[in-house]
Amino acid sequence: MDETLVEVLTPLIGQAPVINKANTPFSIEISIDKILAVCEKLYKHPTCYFDMLSCITGLDNGKEANTMEVIYNLYSIPFNHHLMLKVILPREKPEIDSVISIWRTADWQEREAFDMYGIVFKGHPDLRRILMPADWEGYPLRKDYQTQEEYNGVTVKYEDRTQ
Amino acid sequence: MSILNLKKTDTAQNLLTSEPGKFNEGELRSEEMIINLGPQHPSTHGVLRLEVLSDGEVIKEVVPHIGYLHRCFEKHAENLPYNQIIPFVDRMDYVASMNSEHAYVLGVERMLGITEQIPKRIEYTRVLMAELNRIASHFIAIGTYGMDIGAFTPFFWVMRDREHILRLLEWASGSRLLYNYMWVGGLFYDIPVGFEDRCKEFVTYLKPKLKELDSILIDNKIFIQRTANIGVLPRDMAINYGITGPMLRGSGLRFDLRRVDAYSVYPEIDFDIPIGEGKMGTLGDCWDRTWVRMQEVYQSVRIIEQCLEKLTKEHKRTKEFDPQALVPKKIRPQAQDLYVRAENPKGELGFFFRTDGRSDVPFRCKARGPSFVNLSVLPEITRGVLIADLIAIVGSLDVVMGEVDR
Repeated sequence: MDETLVEVLTPLIGQAPVINKANTPFSIEISIDKILAVCEKLYKHPTCYFDMLSCITGLDNGKEANTMEVIYNLYSIPFNHHLMLKVILPREKPEIDSVISIWRTADWQEREAFDMYGIVFKGHPDLRRILMPADWEGYPLRKDYQTQEEYNGVTVKYEDRTQ
Repeated sequence: MSILNLKKTDTAQNLLTSEPGKFNEGELRSEEMIINLGPQHPSTHGVLRLEVLSDGEVIKEVVPHIGYLHRCFEKHAENLPYNQIIPFVDRMDYVASMNSEHAYVLGVERMLGITEQIPKRIEYTRVLMAELNRIASHFIAIGTYGMDIGAFTPFFWVMRDREHILRLLEWASGSRLLYNYMWVGGLFYDIPVGFEDRCKEFVTYLKPKLKELDSILIDNKIFIQRTANIGVLPRDMAINYGITGPMLRGSGLRFDLRRVDAYSVYPEIDFDIPIGEGKMGTLGDCWDRTWVRMQEVYQSVRIIEQCLEKLTKEHKRTKEFDPQALVPKKIRPQAQDLYVRAENPKGELGFFFRTDGRSDVPFRCKARGPSFVNLSVLPEITRGVLIADLIAIVGSLDVVMGEVDR
């Protein structure tokens, strides 16, 4: 599996991919501009054939690191292969290509990452909030998120009155 | 949104701005209309809102609006130690809590590297409880589905039999639905004295009842006519949409994580994986999905029997056995990313963890709910069907809104 990945990905990303074996499944870091090409190749290549996108995770590394991440968990049903792809984004302007043209399941999962982190998926046809209300302020899962005081006349901020 | 006939009060305005519809009534063609279904509607199985653009009786487009039951699971998880997240995991898929707990503890144990040390008795107990809960969950799916399309009696039958399961689980864990029974590294408590016998009695009682349910609902002519050839989900589309569980198997792919990943003690247990065959219509229709669920109940009964056999003979109760012996006092996994998945009644439940190795709380804990992903295929398979069939299709997806919205 490792050799196939190196063989398939090296011409695409210009160098041999660094496979991080501390993670389960093994992870590879991909740069922002290569993600769509890499995913397309992994989906179509006859010995990789990652036909299932299990999970898209958004992640915020906080103010000090000043980065965000998008993590793709791929799975190949015929070969029983797992792979984790990681993309690191700048925190000021988190933008990444949508993979909806490859896996339709990315539709809602990318909307969720947008909803929670404000990561913009370029090329997504319908990037709206999915779990939070449309007029909610801020992105709740960011590490520096502050709850708004009031939402439509309802107090949001929780005050601990027991102390 | 004139269909709601809201006066332009503040509250009404707030409703429209917080969850606006996708379609603009000004842009509709003369024969089109917008129908709003839910979020409070008995056949949407919870707080699911469907915005339907229809041409008379024929549906042109369905837009699901979700998030009415969002309880910030992932935000809570980032502020809680690993063992305190388990009650929150229970509340995601509230009709199959044992299965969700099983997936979660599996993930944390893998991060700690103690998977191999867990005693077999604990694993068999976990599988026993998870399979009991799988039957309860499939009963809800089959019973409420029958009620959606007009079969009232089977609903009461499955609720009666489900109550027996819930009483068994309550006896073991102390609560009816939200158990907090499986702990990281062990169990809350060993199974109660006499549980195995009662469980055996229940299995003996259940078997003829399943045959009855089969003949009154699954093989019923009216039920077949309402579900066969409706909501056909082709296999390649199912995979592309990330569909898992009985829906994927209903589309004809023999894919069950209990076999594929071979986690826990499932490799030692003998059971079959039923798949849809298109017996009553097209492969992957609503009838196939329901039939697969029904067959899985039979398989779960087989698994329960084998677990009871092991729990009374090979790994039987001893005085020295302590189900909490391996429960770590402090859970602090090494820095890593881990994705774990397990077969829930609805499909693949996945957890993504990132740990930094310095704190007792996860840096990120993402839940990939099978209901969330399975629901996303709804607009695709409802294009061009009749409105009455929309209810049949939504019911056949078997979504639990607690897990869709988390």
